Formats: sequence, C-alpha cells, structure tokens
Amino acid sequence: MRNEPLIPMIAQVTDVRIDTPDVKTFRVVGLDGKKPFTHIPGQCAMLSMPGVGEALFSITSSPTNQDFLEFSIKKCGCVTNWLHEIEPGQQITLRGPYGNGFPVDTAFRGQDMLFIAGGIGLAPLRSVINYVRDNRENYGQVDIVYGARSKDDLVDYPEIMEQWCKEPGLSVHLTIDREQEGWDGHVGFVPNYVKELGFDVHKTAIICGPPIMIKFTLSALQELGFDKTQVYTTMELKMKCGLGKCGRCNIGTKYVCKDGPVFRCDQLDELPDEY
Amino acid sequence: MKKIEKKNLSVLFEALAAKAALYIPADNAAGQSQFTRYEAGMTLSEKLNTARSPKDLFFPQIENLVDFQVFGKEIQVRERKAPEEDFILFGVRGCDCKSFEILDKVFLSEPADGYYAARRSHGIVMTLACGAPEETCFCGVFGIDPAAPGGDVSCYFAEDALFLQPLTSKGEALLEGIALEEAGDEAVEAEKTSIRRIADRLPLNQLSTEAFGGDKTKTLFDRPEWETLAKSCIGCGTCTFVCPTCQCYDVKEFKAGDTVQRFRCWDSCMYSDFTMMSAGQPRPTQKERFRQRFMHKLVYYPANNEGLFSCVGCGRCVAKCPIHMNIAKVMKTLGGAQNEK
Repeated sequence: MRNEPLIPMIAQVTDVRIDTPDVKTFRVVGLDGKKPFTHIPGQCAMLSMPGVGEALFSITSSPTNQDFLEFSIKKCGCVTNWLHEIEPGQQITLRGPYGNGFPVDTAFRGQDMLFIAGGIGLAPLRSVINYVRDNRENYGQVDIVYGARSKDDLVDYPEIMEQWCKEPGLSVHLTIDREQEGWDGHVGFVPNYVKELGFDVHKTAIICGPPIMIKFTLSALQELGFDKTQVYTTMELKMKCGLGKCGRCNIGTKYVCKDGPVFRCDQLDELPDEY
Repeated sequence: MKKIEKKNLSVLFEALAAKAALYIPADNAAGQSQFTRYEAGMTLSEKLNTARSPKDLFFPQIENLVDFQVFGKEIQVRERKAPEEDFILFGVRGCDCKSFEILDKVFLSEPADGYYAARRSHGIVMTLACGAPEETCFCGVFGIDPAAPGGDVSCYFAEDALFLQPLTSKGEALLEGIALEEAGDEAVEAEKTSIRRIADRLPLNQLSTEAFGGDKTKTLFDRPEWETLAKSCIGCGTCTFVCPTCQCYDVKEFKAGDTVQRFRCWDSCMYSDFTMMSAGQPRPTQKERFRQRFMHKLVYYPANNEGLFSCVGCGRCVAKCPIHMNIAKVMKTLGGAQNEK
C-alpha cells in the first residue's frame, strides 16, 4: 500500500559511535545516501529491524545538519540491544518524523536559553542546542547544565568539551553523581546544582532526563522563581504507531506521540499524573 | 420504503450476495451469533446482537501490514495490496452502527489509516432495528435511537415482512434490481413506537452522563472509588475485545521462513504490558489500567471529539465480563446522585 503511514522506508546506518558504556550514536541516511527527511528539534522517528521490533527514538541531530540524521541510543531493551550490535552498512527501517518538537522559531526566539539534561536526556536536547548554535543571532545567552552518573556516562562528551565549552555566549555546567578519580568538576545531582547555580528567572528552560530528575528540577526552578510557563520538557511513553491511533501513549486528553513529546510544564498540570 | 416477505428473506440474501460478499449475524456451532460470510441455506440469528461486534469487518483482530525479507545487512520491503473486496454487512444494530462513526474519528483523522479507510469505502452497512432491546442495553444513554439505526439502508421487521429504507446513494444503488415490493411507512412507524417504548423502560437506559464529558478529568481521575471498582478486575481484556469502540492496537512480527510479516492486532489498555517500557511502568496496578479504559471512553475521547462518548451502550461488556464489572457500574458509582437510584 502506497503512502500508508505504518509502512516504513528502508534506511542505512553509515556510522556507529560509542559515546558511553551503554550509549551509541547512529548516523542514518536513506538508500540514496541523503538525509531521509527534515525535522524540528525534539521530534522523534520509528526505527526498526524486521524480526527484532520497532521503537521510537528522539532525533539527536540538528535540522541544520543537511547530510544525515543521528540517534543517540541507550542499550536497555530488545531493539536497542540489537542496535548496539550492528556495524556500519546495516540497513534498518525508518518512519517519521513524529511529534510536535520544540517551538524553536516562535516561543524560543530571542530568549536566553537554559538547557538542563540528565543522562541520556541530553539526546533530544542536543538537537535543540545545536540548532540554537547554528542560528546564534536568534537567541540570547545559552546555559547548559548536564549531569550523569559518572564522567564516562556523559553522552557526547568530546563535542561538549571541544565545541560547546569553547563557544562565546555559551556556558556549560557539568556535574556527576559521585566523586570520581580524574574528575575535578562539580559533584552532585542536577536539581541541587541548578539551585546552586541560581539562574536568572527570565530564561526559557528545557529539562530532559529521567522522570524523577524532571520533577525535582522543575521544583528547583520554581524555587528560583521560574514560572511553569517558562519551562519545557519532553516525555517518553511506550508507542507503537506514532500517529495517535494505537492508544498506548494516551495520557488524559493528549497523545504523547502527536500532541507531544514536547510539553510546557503548565500544560502538564492539565494532565493526570500518569507518566 | 421497500419490503419483502419474511419467508423470502433468503431471496434477498441471495440477491445481495450476488452483488458483493455478504455478512449476516448467524449462530455458530457453539450457539453464538457472529457476523458470518453468507452461504446458501444460512439463516439469520434470532439473537438480539452478535457476541463480537462488527468492528472486525473494518478493523480485523489481526491484519498483515507489510512483509520484509532480510538478506545479510539488506532489507527488502514487500508491500501488501489494500483490501479491495466490496462487502455488505446486514443486520448491524443501531449501537454498532454508531460505533463506526466513533472508530472513523480515530482511523480516518489525518494521517488516515489506509487499511481501515479501504475497508470503510468498500463496506455497505445495512442496519436492523432491534425489535426488543434487552436489559443489558443502554444505547439511549448516548443518544442512540434503536428505532432509527442508520447506515446505508435501515431495515425493520414488522408484519411478517422486512422493510428496507435506503438512506444513502450507496444504499439506493444496492437495492436496485432486487425484487422488492413498494411499501408505506405505517407498519414501520408502529414498530418504531413499540421499540422506543421498550427501550425507554430499560433500567440501564436511565443512566445520566451529566457527571462525565471532556472537562471532567480533574473531578474524576482521583476519585477513591476507582480502587474498589477495579479491585475485582482480573485484567482479562474481554471487555476490550467485545467492545465495538475499543481500537487500541499492537504492532508485532511473525517470522515465516525467510519473510518477516509485520502485523497489527487488537490490544487492551487492561493489560500490564500495554504501557510497560524498559524505562518503567506508568500504570503499575490494575487500578490505573481499569481507570484508563473508562476515563478514555467517558472523558478523554469526548474531550477530543466534540463531546461524543466512546461507548454506544451495546451491553456486550455487561453480558460478558467474568466478574460482572462494566461501564454501567462505573457510571452508577461515579455519576452522582442522579445515577444512585
């Protein structure tokens, strides 16, 4: 059936980069060698291997990257275990992009941006961060707070140290959960670090990480004086279709796959606490 | 209005079956009424409604979506043809006919589901008014009139005849060339009055929807009664499978030799693995799963569809739930004073 949204295209993985002991980043292009589709930062796509399964992942690369899509994927289930075994040249199936994405060209325009990520939560934020870096004139000061269990678990570490940390107008604040040899940076959980850093309350904040980290970080920002209307997050629920039909990612009146995954935190108040 | 003598029903069925694949409610060996492909000699079930709803015909329980072949690192896609057989559903009750409208809003909203859309465009619906609605019926709660069941052709049994009223051009075309008598409205009008008189007296038809609707998430979600309502639920999913409006599905794969068939199948929000992720389980107990099913039908769906509830009061869950829990009990418990009678 032509144009049936559930039928994927074939794509190929051209590069596999090891980011942490359990995170790899996959570079994906179409069979013609070109980027398969354009997207908005924060949107997702369905990747699958026939015989293994299909799963939804956030697109890690920025739309300003004209050549390929990238997905940073943590090894934690059937499909991700298989992906972690593959080599460049492997074909996969791909459909998307799905979801609303971040309002990078509307609400975020002209704003000072505060990105707060925990662990693999940096994956969807990297798309926005690099989009903002590539359209620097449209945004104000950029702060990035990023935490992980250990220094080895910080995803995209070389890109952070070699590019983000050296860029004017962009401040990176890294933290790890526990003391570690060879680490002279901050130690402690992200929500506390955010409070210690004490950001200007006029910034637009985006939080992504484990649900518990999102909840505590939102409280920390509110303690600093942030309003929920200034804070965005991106959610993850089990999904099968990506089209708002299979019913799995339904929370209250919303379907995370099409009405999300990006929500402003005051919008979350309208939803039952079931995510 | 047209009519045909009841004793000549098989003549009508033969004529319809000559035009397209015909499905009628017929009793199977176990004595259950099911929509069955018509064959000569088959008789129409006398039961009020089929055990399973006719949603199967538009949204089959299992449907192959696409085939893949894998050669080393390469994948080949073999697309399947869209369903293209014309078919006629005869004997659909008013409640089930309304369920198609509810399913349409999910599957035909953009981006439309191609498989469902193809079946919808190839299907002709001939409804049949319920002569005697039963005590499990409560379609009236959701504004459905069992005496005006809708579809492409509405049918009525009255005075030992089947009366047929085409309602759409598709219905008109279907009846063309079939030997039917012209008939007046009187017999059908009398039958409608009789049906409505029965329906109005049914106990469940007195339920009120006032406490439910798109704006009721805050008032209903945290009600303590969910705990007791869900306590006896064994999570078998029977309610979901017999429900004409439940439409959640899973996408799975089957390895057949060197081919991987990707198919979708019905799923249930009553099952624990419905929302289970490697990252966690947002609905950890049966209480949350049970609540989701009823909140979706009575609050979330109406919020997204101009107040339309995702229940048609067919009563299948009332009849089939092994622990006798159902949406009518949920509405009685949470529906306020007017439902406590």
